[in-house]
Amino acid sequence: MITLTHYLVLSGIIFTIGVIGVMVRRSALVIFMCIELMLNSVNLTFIAFSRYLNSLDGQVFVFFVLSVAAAEVVVGLAIIILIFRNKATVNVDEINLMKW
Amino acid sequence: MLETVLFYFFAGAAIISALMLVMRKNPVTCAVSLIITFISFAGLYILLNAHFIAAIQILVYAGAIMVLFLFVIMLLDLKREEDFLSRLKAQKFFGIALAVILLAEVFAAISSINGMFLTRGIYSAENIAEAGGNTKVIGRLLFTDYLLPFEVTSILLIVAIIGAVFLGKKEN
Amino acid sequence: MNRALLIQILKNPWTINVIEIFVVFGMIMFTVAYLSLLERKISARIQYRIGPNRVGPFGLLQPFADGIKFIFKEDIIPNHVNKVFYVLAPAIAIVPALLTFAVVPFGSPTTFFGILDEPVRLQIADLNVGILYIFAIASLGVYGIVLGGWASNNKYSLLGGLRSSAQMISYEISMGLAVMGVLMMAGSLSLADIVKDQERCWYIFPQFLGFLIFVVAAFAETNRLPFDLPEADSELVAGYHTEYSSMKFAMFFMAEYSNMITASAVIVTLYLGGWQGLPVGGWMGLPIVDKLWFMPLAWFCTKVAFLLFVFIWVRWTLPRCRYDQLMKLGWKIFLPLSLLNILITGVLIMMDVY
Repeated sequence: MITLTHYLVLSGIIFTIGVIGVMVRRSALVIFMCIELMLNSVNLTFIAFSRYLNSLDGQVFVFFVLSVAAAEVVVGLAIIILIFRNKATVNVDEINLMKW
Repeated sequence: MLETVLFYFFAGAAIISALMLVMRKNPVTCAVSLIITFISFAGLYILLNAHFIAAIQILVYAGAIMVLFLFVIMLLDLKREEDFLSRLKAQKFFGIALAVILLAEVFAAISSINGMFLTRGIYSAENIAEAGGNTKVIGRLLFTDYLLPFEVTSILLIVAIIGAVFLGKKEN
Repeated sequence: MNRALLIQILKNPWTINVIEIFVVFGMIMFTVAYLSLLERKISARIQYRIGPNRVGPFGLLQPFADGIKFIFKEDIIPNHVNKVFYVLAPAIAIVPALLTFAVVPFGSPTTFFGILDEPVRLQIADLNVGILYIFAIASLGVYGIVLGGWASNNKYSLLGGLRSSAQMISYEISMGLAVMGVLMMAGSLSLADIVKDQERCWYIFPQFLGFLIFVVAAFAETNRLPFDLPEADSELVAGYHTEYSSMKFAMFFMAEYSNMITASAVIVTLYLGGWQGLPVGGWMGLPIVDKLWFMPLAWFCTKVAFLLFVFIWVRWTLPRCRYDQLMKLGWKIFLPLSLLNILITGVLIMMDVY
C-alpha cells in the first residue's frame, strides 16, 4: 500500500538532488534544469496531498506552477542566450561582474 | 499491488534520472535525463488520479520547455563542463553536506505529520467521477474559486512573451 | 481445452483489448509498408512516369524487397557520433507515432454480430483526456529528430534538428488552439465523445477555419513538404538523417509514415466525423452495433486513406517554402487566425447556433 509518506519522501529526495545540482554544477543551463527539477518535486507534493486530502486545490496550484515555470524558462533562457552573446560562456563562476 | 509496483518503478526511474542530471557532464545528456524524470513524474500523477495534470506535465514540460532547453544547448553549441569544478574545490563537498542536512530536515518534517489535524475536502475520487471527471472539475475551479489567479497568470505569460522577444532582439 | 472456457476467455474485455492492440499495430505497420509503395507510384503518376513495377504484379511486392534490402545493408555507425543518442534516436522517433493511435476510435462500439453480450468499443483506450494525450505524445516525437541531428555530429544534421525543434513548437501552438473550437463544441476531451457528437454534423462544416489550420499544422508536424525543412535535401543534404544508414534510416522513414497515418486518423476523428457515416445524421439508424459493424470501420479507413493520398499529392505538387516564410506563416497568420476561430466559436455557442 502506497501512502502519502511514500510520495513525500520521494519528493524530498528529488528536491535534495535538485539542491545538490544547483550548488555543485557550474553551467547556468544545468543549474536552471535543476531548478525545474525542484519545482517538479514540489508539484508532486501538491498532487499527493490533493489526492490524500480529497481536495483539488493542489492540482490547481500545480497548474499555476506549470504556467509560472513556462514563463520563467522563456525569460531565463533568453537571459542565458544574452549572457552567452556577451561573454561567450555560461559558466556561472565567470559571470561575476556583479561582485564589485 | 499493481499500484505499488508502478510506484516503485516510476520513483526509481525519477531518482536515477535525476541523479544522472546532476552527475553527467554533457548538457544534452542532462536534458534527456530531465525529460525522463518529467515523464516518470507524469506516471506518478496518473497513479494519483491527476490525469489532467499528468497530460499537461508531458505537454508543457517534456514537450515544450525541454525542447527549448535542447534548442538553446544546440544553438550555443555548449561543450562538456570538464574543468568547471576546478575553481572551487570545496564547493562540491559543502554543497552535498548542506543538501544532506536539508534532506534530514525534510524527513523530520514528514515524520512529524500526523493525520489528525488534516481536514479532508469534498473531492474524493467518487465525487470527481460523478461531477464529470478530473478535467471538468479543475476547469470549474479555475473559473470560479481561482478566477483572479487564473487571469493574473495570463498577464504573467504575456509579460514573459514580451520580455523574451525584447531580450532576444539584437541591438543595432 | 473445452470450448466454453475458450469463449469465456475471448469474451473477456482484456483479451479483446490485447487483440485490438495487435491488430492496430499490424495494420499500421502494413500501411506504412504499402504507403511507401503508394507514394512512389503516385509520384510517378504525377511526373508522368510508371514507378516501381518489377517486383510482383504491379510492383506490389516492392515493400518486401525494400525491407530485405534495408535489413541486409551494412549498419554503419560513424566514428564521430555520440553512440548512445545516435542509436536511440530512431527508436525515440517511432514510438510516439505509434503511441498516439491508442486513443483513436476506429469503429463504432460493436458486439460483432451479437457474439459478445456487451458492445465493445473499437478503440484501444478511451482516455478522458484523449486530446491532451495526443498532443502530449505528439510533442515527444520531436526528440527523435533533434537528438538524431545532434548525435550525428554533422553541421547539416544539427541544422535539421534545430529547424525541426523550432518548427514543431511553433506549429503545435496553432494546432492546439485550432482544436479548441472542436473541444468547445463537443464539451469533452475524450475522442469517443467527440466522434459521437459528430452524429449531428461533421465538425469540418462549423469549424472549417480550424480544420484548415489543423491540416496545415499537421503537415508541419509530420515534416512533410511544403514544410520538410528539417530534411530539405537540396540545402541540408538529408538533414537529421544524413548520417543514418540501413535499418536505423528505415526507422526514421517508418516514423515519418506512421506519423502521417496518425495525423490523418486524428484529422478524420476530429473534423471528418471519425466512423460516422453521412456528414449530417451519422448512420441514419442502420444496425451498426451488431450487424453492420464493419461499415463504420471501412468508412473510417477510407477517409484515412483519402487523407494519406492528400499528404502524398501535396508533397509532389508544392515547392518547399523558405524557413522565414514558415515561421511567419505559423506565428503571424495561423496563431491570430486560430484565436479568431475560438472567438467565433464562442460567440456562436453563446448565441445557441450550435
